[in-house]
Amino acid sequence: MRSALDIARDVRSGATTAERETASSLAAIRERNDELNVFLFVDEEGALGAARRVDERVARGEEVGSLAGVPIALKDNLCQMGVPTTAGSKILQGWRPPYSATVIGRILDAGAVPMGKTNMDEFAMGSSTETSAYGPTRNPLDVDRVPGGSSGGSASAVAADMTPLSLGSDTGGSIRQPAALCGLVGVKPTYGLVSRYGLIAFASSLDQIGPFAKNVTDAATLLEVIAGHDPMDSTSLPEPAPSLVRHVNDGVAGRRVGLVRELFEGADDEVVAEVGRAATALRDAGATIVELSIPEIHLTLSAYYLIAPAEASSNLARYDGVRYGLRVDGDDVAAMNEATRTAGFGAEVKRRIMLGTYALSAGYYDAYYGQALKVRTQLIDAFRRAYLETDLLLGATTPSVAFALGEKTADPMAMYLSDVFTIPTNLAGDAAISVPFGVGRAGLPIGVQLLGPGRSEARLFAAARVLEVADERS
Amino acid sequence: MTSPLRREDVAKVAKLARLSLSEAELDEFTAQLGQVLEHANDIAALDLEGVVPTAHPFGLINVVREDVRRASLARDDVLAMAPDARDGRFAVPRIMGEAP
Repeated sequence: MRSALDIARDVRSGATTAERETASSLAAIRERNDELNVFLFVDEEGALGAARRVDERVARGEEVGSLAGVPIALKDNLCQMGVPTTAGSKILQGWRPPYSATVIGRILDAGAVPMGKTNMDEFAMGSSTETSAYGPTRNPLDVDRVPGGSSGGSASAVAADMTPLSLGSDTGGSIRQPAALCGLVGVKPTYGLVSRYGLIAFASSLDQIGPFAKNVTDAATLLEVIAGHDPMDSTSLPEPAPSLVRHVNDGVAGRRVGLVRELFEGADDEVVAEVGRAATALRDAGATIVELSIPEIHLTLSAYYLIAPAEASSNLARYDGVRYGLRVDGDDVAAMNEATRTAGFGAEVKRRIMLGTYALSAGYYDAYYGQALKVRTQLIDAFRRAYLETDLLLGATTPSVAFALGEKTADPMAMYLSDVFTIPTNLAGDAAISVPFGVGRAGLPIGVQLLGPGRSEARLFAAARVLEVADERS
Repeated sequence: MTSPLRREDVAKVAKLARLSLSEAELDEFTAQLGQVLEHANDIAALDLEGVVPTAHPFGLINVVREDVRRASLARDDVLAMAPDARDGRFAVPRIMGEAP
């Protein structure tokens, strides 16, 4: 499939039409969706309508945006008005949101064509897309393996050449981890850079929406479109979207890159080797590599698995069978609430709600949730110190290449550990990007991770581009 | 510092979270949640006296806007998605018991 940038250029020039690009995306979806279970809903009618509107704008000589006629897949926790949205849960089966997320308005304004909603771990709780109530998604590169998660459907859509772009959400690595396992570029933006309005909440102090793409420039183009202040999200940064595409080829000359021991220790040898190769590639491009240790990272997995479930237990209290979604009858309201939630939530969601409820309950609040919030402070301070002597950090995205379907489903702790390198960025509120670098076992892709302080996206894209070029040459 | 998770703790938490668990689920969740909490004990045991907790990456501040009227979601569109709605309202099973 051609890049998003090429498609948009050709749609604007009239060399192709949005309708033709959309039809070709629909054909690609039809070809493999039954096998891979990528889309939970394919919005054929809506996509063709949106494409025709783009073509009409082009025909009228209007300025059509940077995503003119580009098909895009949307994770199913993004509300799109009138389009079925389930967040991978039975509790929202059949729900059609009465409004659209801010990011959807922005991509439509830029000329993109939303193709439908992609599969995900239920309420984004998982690292393999196997907790979806609608069955797992398969990795297009090896159908016996997981695509990662929770945004596994959005990753697979791009990896299977169904769409050149997709949107996911990242609470503890849910964009970067599947990007790594599917050989894509995936970005977790700075907290507040992208509006969360219309994103079904999991852990509100950690959630961010971000892009998947096959290359760095396409990812930067999409992030530039969706970023920028939104009055509908009170946590949105009060500034317009930064220029990103313009800086993609800035390089890394003179940059100080911290190679962080805790961000690759314990990973498979082949992953560690690629992180080392990435450090060399950055040094060859003019960066200085500084070896660093940030021991606070060791505590972040524990802190995350208290903070995220605590916030989730509160956010998911709204699924009570009253205003939307499933209702299972009961004799009174409390019985109806309980019957609805028991039938509507899957095992992983119940585990996290219970964990969060426990961590917040009287007698345990200080020992668990309170301590986790203090660990979060210590991690933020540790990153701040690291960024006094570096411009960005380098590590692995995941401990291994894509694992087999079913390999970790019986052992929640093993599944949680697959996010050990991505979680610190969410707790810090910083930005990070996963970029494909090298291949491992059975030719499966490996991702390396670049991390930066808040608002460092332009710098991260420039470094990611250096790695992309180095990887193409090797 | 914290005692191991017991089956009755899990049952109590399920009640608080408005979930009902089967006997088998109670056993499974007790083991699995216990494992996660055991992992969490490494932070429960830390001495973090004096460290300021962070609930939010940049610290939440109140955001205000001008008090101007603007359109909200259409009531009928919202109620159309409710499991049960009557007379322009969400409908639920009875809340109060019969009068004694």
